Amino acid sequence: MTTATGATRGDCETLEEYAQNLRLHALAMTSRGKSSHIGSVFSIADILAVLYGRVLNVRPQEPGWDQRDRFILSKGHAGAGVYAALALAGFFPVERLKDHYQNGSQLSGHVSHKGVPGVELSTGSLGHGLGVGVGMALAAQRKAQNHRVVVLLSDGECDEGSVWEAILFAAHHKLDNVTAIVDYNKIQSLDLVANTLGLEPFADKWSAFGWSVTEVDGHDHGELATALEATASRNGQPNVVIAHTTKGKGVSFMERSVLWHYRSAQGDEFDAAAAELKGRTESDVV
Amino acid sequence: MRDHFIKALTAEAEHNSDIVLITGDLGFSVLDDFAERFPSQFYNSGVAEQNMTQLAAGLALEGAKVFTYSIGNFTTLRCLEQIRNDVCYHNLDVTAVAVGGGFSYGQLGMSHFATEDLAILRALPAMTVVAPSDRRECELLTHQLVKMGGPAYLRIDKGSSGEEDNEASPPQLGKLRTLRTGDDLALICCGGILAEALGAAGKLADRGINATVISAHTVKPLDGEAIVELARKMPIITVEEHNITGGLGGAVAETILSASVQCPGFARIGLGDIYPEIVGDQQYLRNVYKMDAPVIENTALELLGSV
Repeated sequence: MTTATGATRGDCETLEEYAQNLRLHALAMTSRGKSSHIGSVFSIADILAVLYGRVLNVRPQEPGWDQRDRFILSKGHAGAGVYAALALAGFFPVERLKDHYQNGSQLSGHVSHKGVPGVELSTGSLGHGLGVGVGMALAAQRKAQNHRVVVLLSDGECDEGSVWEAILFAAHHKLDNVTAIVDYNKIQSLDLVANTLGLEPFADKWSAFGWSVTEVDGHDHGELATALEATASRNGQPNVVIAHTTKGKGVSFMERSVLWHYRSAQGDEFDAAAAELKGRTESDVV
Repeated sequence: MRDHFIKALTAEAEHNSDIVLITGDLGFSVLDDFAERFPSQFYNSGVAEQNMTQLAAGLALEGAKVFTYSIGNFTTLRCLEQIRNDVCYHNLDVTAVAVGGGFSYGQLGMSHFATEDLAILRALPAMTVVAPSDRRECELLTHQLVKMGGPAYLRIDKGSSGEEDNEASPPQLGKLRTLRTGDDLALICCGGILAEALGAAGKLADRGINATVISAHTVKPLDGEAIVELARKMPIITVEEHNITGGLGGAVAETILSASVQCPGFARIGLGDIYPEIVGDQQYLRNVYKMDAPVIENTALELLGSV
């Protein structure tokens, strides 16, 4: 594992602390709300930490800044992770995370932009985010703007035909200002990707469709930061970072388990998960 | 009618570089002039309507005023969730334009009959639903849609009611347009099938029955106040080249019932909740599926107790 060097946005000292605090917040949010998808959040916690803690050019105090990088979570079911990432970056107070999934809250289980500073697009139905992101990238190309659009997809989401429609369009129009990240944890809703609708040879598919492909360890902050910073340079091709991840990463009994796509940690399970996460960073979150 | 849509959009694009037209690989010969004059405002998404609508949402999020274009149900039903989640929920300035309302493509078969679109699009919050009845109405309402902004659906018929020169009542988005005035009953229509209502009104006049004929081009938001005003005075028949369920007739019925008005009579004319299994030209199918002028005339006579 490598570590990314440099300053971290928000109050965390390091990206490792950012990622683990994000996991702890998400654990608390999903446990409090008895909501699903903690495994999906843990899978992308390091990606979100590297993006919001370092790579994305955003201003938490000015969420509508027109030169900001745009980020879309297309796998909207991991919305708790984005809310936590935004709060840790300073878009809104972390105390607000306690509202997640509660009656009357705008912090819905699937990520929503309504009343949540920093969220560009509400998602939840898979297959929408990349196409909308490509549209935003097209707008930037038309206006000769320099910001970029980053879209995070799940692997199961790549079953959707609308994703491949967007992939075709982005390559045809040479939208090198768009970066897709695929959270390739190899597990989808009911079973392994390989047992459901196989994606391999996955990198070759993206490449054949005209995208510039980078494969990284999706939990290695150094690799992630290097790859995501490299995709900011323009080469006439849209970029995809295939991030090899572990569903449930960070809590041993949640890792690689379909169960934790649905289950929320309660009681002893919550205590065990929190202890395991806190043990790594000595965090005071939760 | 589609030529008048593109004429209006071209005029708007001349002084508004935010206007973007995306076609789902249809519009042969119709869009050429626009594409040549405004190459940076025109895209062909390919045969990919979901992505066409996703692109539209992305562009609109960045300030563009986008029109998506295809035929029949391709700009609506094929990408309905993109319209709902991406366009409507984000309240974006995107108008889905469908060429070929109702039986416009009557010979092409069921896949190309847009006969549930009004009902389905009308059910989406934030959506404006427009079905012009003639070419001029289409042109003027396109200009008004550009000015209004927000999510919209523009349903363009192949056939026109032929009322292009009728300037008595210029179309105004969200308002009923009265094309003929009478005190005995009102025929409220949307789309080119208004021609059938005018034909029926002529026949009824020969019998001494005077019908008001209205283009309810804006199916949503419907001009409820004007509908209720009519319902207080005379029987109403709605006419639409669309399924009888949930379209203009449904919208008018909801309006009248919600206002607790005692309408002297009410009937809906439209496609009887079926999928047609035969083909034919628009006029032929209107006749077969009982929504042409003689059917409207007979329905009026029955409603008025004259038969």
